[in-house]
Amino acid sequence: MTDTASKDVTELDHVVIRFAGDSGDGMQLTGDRFTSASALFGNDLSTLPDFPAEIRAPAGTLAGVSAFQVNISDHDILTPGDFPTVLVAMNPAALRANLVDVPRGGTVIVNSDSFEERNLNKAGYATNPLVDGTLDGFDVYEVPMTSLTVEATKELGVKPRDAERSKNCFALGIVSWMYTRPLEATTAWIETKFAKSPLVMQSNLAAFRAGYNFGETAELFASSYEIKPTMFDPGDYTNVSGNTALAWGLIAASQLARLPLFLGSYPITPASDILHELSKHKNFGVRTMQAEDEIAGISAAIGAAFGGHLAITTTSGPGVDLKAEAMGLAVSLELPLIIVDIQRGGPSTGLPTKTEQSDLMLAMYGRHGESPMPIVAAKTPSHCFDAAIEAARLALKYRTPVLLLSDGYIANGSEPWRLPDVADLPDIAVDFATEPNHTSDKGEAEFWPYLRDTETLARPWAVPGTPGLEHRIGGLEKEDGTGNVNYDGVNHERMTRLRAAKVAGIVKDIPGVEVDDDGARDLLVVGWGSTYGSIGAAVRRVRARGMKASHAHVMHLFPFPSDLGEVLRRYKRVLVPEMNMGQLSRLLRAEFLVDAQSLTKIQGAPFKASEIEAAMLALLDNPSPEVS
Amino acid sequence: MTTVDVPITSRKDWMSDQEVRWCPGCGDYSILSAVQLMMPDLGVRRENTVFVSGIGCAARFPYYMNTYGMHGIHGRAAAIATGLAVARPDLDVWVISGDGDALSIGGNHLIHALRRNINLTILMFNNQIYGLTKGQYSPTSEVGKVTKSTPFGSVDTPFNPISLALGAEATFVARTHDMDRNHMIETFKRAHDHKGASFVEVYQNCNVFNDGAFAAVTAKENRSDNLIPLQHGEPIRFGANNDKGVAPDAQGHFQVVNVADVGEDALVVHDESRDSAAHAFALSRLARGPHEPTPVGVFRAVERDHYGALVGDQILDAQAKRGSGDLAALLRSGASWTVE
Ligand code: SF4
Repeated sequence: MTDTASKDVTELDHVVIRFAGDSGDGMQLTGDRFTSASALFGNDLSTLPDFPAEIRAPAGTLAGVSAFQVNISDHDILTPGDFPTVLVAMNPAALRANLVDVPRGGTVIVNSDSFEERNLNKAGYATNPLVDGTLDGFDVYEVPMTSLTVEATKELGVKPRDAERSKNCFALGIVSWMYTRPLEATTAWIETKFAKSPLVMQSNLAAFRAGYNFGETAELFASSYEIKPTMFDPGDYTNVSGNTALAWGLIAASQLARLPLFLGSYPITPASDILHELSKHKNFGVRTMQAEDEIAGISAAIGAAFGGHLAITTTSGPGVDLKAEAMGLAVSLELPLIIVDIQRGGPSTGLPTKTEQSDLMLAMYGRHGESPMPIVAAKTPSHCFDAAIEAARLALKYRTPVLLLSDGYIANGSEPWRLPDVADLPDIAVDFATEPNHTSDKGEAEFWPYLRDTETLARPWAVPGTPGLEHRIGGLEKEDGTGNVNYDGVNHERMTRLRAAKVAGIVKDIPGVEVDDDGARDLLVVGWGSTYGSIGAAVRRVRARGMKASHAHVMHLFPFPSDLGEVLRRYKRVLVPEMNMGQLSRLLRAEFLVDAQSLTKIQGAPFKASEIEAAMLALLDNPSPEVS
Repeated sequence: MTTVDVPITSRKDWMSDQEVRWCPGCGDYSILSAVQLMMPDLGVRRENTVFVSGIGCAARFPYYMNTYGMHGIHGRAAAIATGLAVARPDLDVWVISGDGDALSIGGNHLIHALRRNINLTILMFNNQIYGLTKGQYSPTSEVGKVTKSTPFGSVDTPFNPISLALGAEATFVARTHDMDRNHMIETFKRAHDHKGASFVEVYQNCNVFNDGAFAAVTAKENRSDNLIPLQHGEPIRFGANNDKGVAPDAQGHFQVVNVADVGEDALVVHDESRDSAAHAFALSRLARGPHEPTPVGVFRAVERDHYGALVGDQILDAQAKRGSGDLAALLRSGASWTVE
């Protein structure tokens, strides 16, 4: 970084930056670019995109504010950070909506051009916060980004209105200078991204460089900052979002199972990116079908499963509601199927772009009749890859629909991921039935579609095209063994118990619960899904205070790992933080009779580590956050 | 590819060992036997044949066929079959449905299967009633129908299934009825041989809840006067003495005429292969219900690429251009870096 030599460079161990602007300002792109540059630079990081459900809410209003938070660090981190220490606000509404989260003393960089009366009014500011004392105690940088961008792009012949659109690149330039990010990656990215419209490309490049140079030369900034690369384990890395990792995990599962992948899906936020990603990879033999509705998505997948494909349907909560009947059919047919639920705020349409973990009970019980279904939950963006393979493994081996839960937070959030060696991934291939499996009273060879494997209780998977194994299956109750329609009550009870036993038996085939145990028995924090990072960070903080606490994270929610009850009973206190009204804690209480204390948050945003830390301290009888 | 001869089969080979459980006298029996009789002539293998159904009396059909089969859930047969046909283009996939299953709860899936031209043979048994739930009116019941759920007569306008299928961009649309085995076999064969989605409406008598709904056109004594057989390339004529026909009126609408009144040259010549569905649609509007002269046979049969083939082509194309997938390369397809 020789070009920053004229100013001081201060070293930081981490920084949390939030980019905020209008939905139309390109804040997600800006954040994403800064993240990628930081990932390539070698920092550990974690991101939290936050955007409104409207594609273009009225410009300048609070409703239209879109934000992207990224935590970059020189050591391994688990969350996007509780509070931004740097806020980049492109307009008054973005300042107003986000300033509450910035601690006093934090850095606020504003686009001062946008602080004129009309925008102030739209944001609901009676007076200008840049002059009325609102920002007292903050480290404020007023930069006329719009006019500087127009100025920087003037010579290109860009119309001023079009030039203004590049102001996000100007902001990116400033922040890239402030945090000594290398320029090359972003420059190359702008060149590729806008290759089709050279003028836009040049204008964005000019704005980006101008922002960078502004930081370097303007008297405004005394110092830039450096966050050294994290000491990662050796290996190949990429920065990955949960939805991309999940899509790749499904492709990997298809390769590992040596079965073609079929996806039936209807677009829904925040799951659609999986459909988009899978649709790109037809060369892997992937068939994606954008169905006419949610029900058709899963129904088509069931058809493909019958045909011997690795069948998947992806959706979010409202779609799971619609798919419930077909999920019951898959339970009855005992065919492999993966139902991916990227949870979002509910009920009803709820908060489509905000995160929540409120579909656990839906996953567990949301079907009529006794219809048990294994549930696997991903805990971080990169873990979505492993969780997808695990869901496929269970579905294929046990011939059962499996629910794979993720949520909007990890689906859209990203983190660096050390890529697995493909050769180390598990072989999850299963055999199709090819021969009759029974002899009739008359001594003839027959095929019984519900004659189970004695160990797994899985039924044979005989796919159409296999001579001699022609058979019919359906949603009516079947006779044990033959699979013929049967309404006998005793048989129904036997089949109900067999289906339950099959799914319950998966417990023998899954690892014990993952526990980060420090030896003490005072407090265990139990989580599932995307709270992994927040709980982990909270546990670290508590330990840094010299206190003891452990963290168990449940990936298999049905059946639970066999040692979960025993683990829970080891500790005096059990705390269960969840982004719902306490669904896992209720299940743990019901299942294991332990006094699981619930900590809940239903604000469409992940827990801050400090919120969990506070609850832990309260349970540890140490209410004072000052003690360290 | 080596071609292996399809083994010679008889009707019995296509019958499963399950006892058929429709009401005695139900029209479903004659449709089942027509299909079982036809199968040996199709030149297909049992193991490559799949019957998929939803819910309803008709939906029990797959259990009686000694092929692969799936009895699904209400209305979803077309969607389930779509997934199977797209995943496995090598299979012969049949959908067996009824008027409630296909046009009410499953209407969405039917129209989308047709517009996508999924390679399916869809037989919709139309009995204009809900049989399995014991006699409520259906989306094809006539206005004024008195049933348990419409004690004062139904007030809804029914669907015309042929018009609906044509409106949904179907490439093959036909009608037959349960009283004429040969006509059924002939129609089903055509439907089977068509590449893409074929839709066949089968008038089917529910002798328990809607007996005689089609008798005015399908009873032996009424056929010559009230069934209009559609023959591709032939003037449309019917009647005991072939004395009636179909001709356009001054506005161009099709109407039934006496051949003697208009002359043979005025008759409409049936052309099932027209690109425009207007001709077939006009024929579908000829009868307002199965109580006046009603066309049977193939209304429309046109070629259009089917969805499964197009999807398969895209995969082959992607593999030819990019090679079949390499997982390690996929994981490194974004910006990736190496830590030594
Ligand atoms: S209720 Fe009607 S359609 Fe159903 S089996 Fe009986 S006669 Fe046939």
